[in-house]
Amino acid sequence: MTTLRQKHRRETARTLAFLSPWLIGVSVFFLYPLVSTVYFSFMKYDGFTPPTWTGLKNWQYVFTDYPFFWPALRNTLWLVVVMVTLRVLFGLGIGLLITKVKTGAGFFRTAFYLPYLAPPVAATMAFAFLLNPGTGPVNNILGSIGLPQPGWFNDPSWSKPALTMLALWGIGDLMVIFMASLLDVPQEQYEAASLDGAGAWQRFRFVTLPNISPIVLFAVVTGVIQTMQYYTQPLVAGKVASGVIGGAGQQFEPGYPEKSTLTLPQLVYHLGFQRFDTGGASVIALVLFALAMVFTVFLMRSMTERSAA
Amino acid sequence: MTATAISSPVTLTPAARTARRTRFLHWVGVHSLAIAAALFFVLPFVFIFLTALMSDQQALTRDLWPDSWHWENLRTVWETPGFLTWWKNTLLYAGLGTALTLLSSIPVAYALARFKFRGRNVVLMLVIATMMLPPQVVIVPMYLFWAKQLHLSGTLWPLIIPMAFTDAFSVFLLRQFLLTIPKDYVDAAKVDGCGEFKALVRIVLPMAKPAIAAVALFQFFYCWNDYFGPQIYASENPAAWTLSYGLESFKGAHHTNWNLTMAATLLVMAPVIILFFFAQKAFIEGVTLTGVKG
Repeated sequence: MTTLRQKHRRETARTLAFLSPWLIGVSVFFLYPLVSTVYFSFMKYDGFTPPTWTGLKNWQYVFTDYPFFWPALRNTLWLVVVMVTLRVLFGLGIGLLITKVKTGAGFFRTAFYLPYLAPPVAATMAFAFLLNPGTGPVNNILGSIGLPQPGWFNDPSWSKPALTMLALWGIGDLMVIFMASLLDVPQEQYEAASLDGAGAWQRFRFVTLPNISPIVLFAVVTGVIQTMQYYTQPLVAGKVASGVIGGAGQQFEPGYPEKSTLTLPQLVYHLGFQRFDTGGASVIALVLFALAMVFTVFLMRSMTERSAA
Repeated sequence: MTATAISSPVTLTPAARTARRTRFLHWVGVHSLAIAAALFFVLPFVFIFLTALMSDQQALTRDLWPDSWHWENLRTVWETPGFLTWWKNTLLYAGLGTALTLLSSIPVAYALARFKFRGRNVVLMLVIATMMLPPQVVIVPMYLFWAKQLHLSGTLWPLIIPMAFTDAFSVFLLRQFLLTIPKDYVDAAKVDGCGEFKALVRIVLPMAKPAIAAVALFQFFYCWNDYFGPQIYASENPAAWTLSYGLESFKGAHHTNWNLTMAATLLVMAPVIILFFFAQKAFIEGVTLTGVKG
């Protein structure tokens, strides 16, 4: 009996030892700050004078008076509907294309994948140049073939489409995931469908799609979660296009042009680090947390269903 | 019909000829699409490159092709005050961060893949939740913690130290891979008198090399690309800036001069792309591991 209990105790100690870095990490860098954020969301605190209780004032401010909150939420919705959808469709299309290419497959795969690796700041600055309305090559080419030349990052109705183009350029991650899942589709099913006289579209509709639908769902849900974290690209694009960059002391009001590139993570920075409104920033952080967790639970559900099936 | 086809292989039956023509048209269609797509992916790099080598005057025009090639632009960027410091800082952040992440995350991933213990599913769910968490959610208290209590703002340590306490994504990816290693290997080692830790180091780690390489690459790229972290903790002190953060100030210093900005952009992209060519296989395996084998 004692030996069994000793063995059990030893195993528990061993498990704790292996998990210890994570136990410390999750407590100090996740649970503690999360509780602290809830606390600050009810406090008035500018980072200098001691915090004082304000009840729901911060929440009320963010939802009714903070002029950036609703535009940021609307932009997030736009990005989820347009950018995520286009990324999934384009990723699937490029994945399909690469599985069909016979000549130069290695070259095409590398060419399609490389932009995904470009560091976000560098890629965004590159697109701010490519799409700049004055001297940018894209408008240059559009002009020379007689097409309209949009203002892209300088025009509130074109800034999100411009960001979408940047997101489509970096499709490499989805391409690889779709490519792998397309190659996993059993070849016999295609042969059987062909024998039954199915055309290319019917083979795609009744063989390919059912086989890869879990991956499509995975791509959509992770795309939505990534949209909740969308920070660097819209911020840098706004900064470069507005011309307000760099140097300490120069304050950039996010969202240029006309709040069209605002996203929720930028609001945490704006309230917390530019306006020293710790309470308001905490409220935004909690909204962001709630949204991210809803989709994460959804993702975990679909993942467990997939491994159960 | 078949007899003629066999006796004279050169003259094809009409059916075979149409089949061959369809296959050829299909080939042309697929490859034209692929070339069009390749233009979309490659042309931005070409334009960045061409503009980076233009003269100051020409970079202000709508020209696409440089009149003369100004390779010295790359050197001008390289010799800009601060640029070399940003390089060193980025390498420190990415190098040390990656090493610490591996050291701390491997035992945790191993425990999650191998040990049976109460609360294992809770741990796994928390790992996935923190993996999906936008870093902005906890940034306010974290900043107060590092800046007001530990007085470490103006350095990169608030970004490096947490990696000694695991990174959720790395734990998850490593666990997914370790699950695929048969338990028998570890059991055999234990019969031979290895402890659990020894079995991990001697038997499991050598087998997990592809996953470890993928995690190391992802983490290195994450640090290299990180903009938000250095913006929060290092912005007040240019001596602590990284390339990703410093790059932006380049545009500020050179106003509308796109040539030097694009030259700097090239120099920030280049190492990542070179690293990719050396480690292509590990990288693509890693992406597949996160997505498909969920």
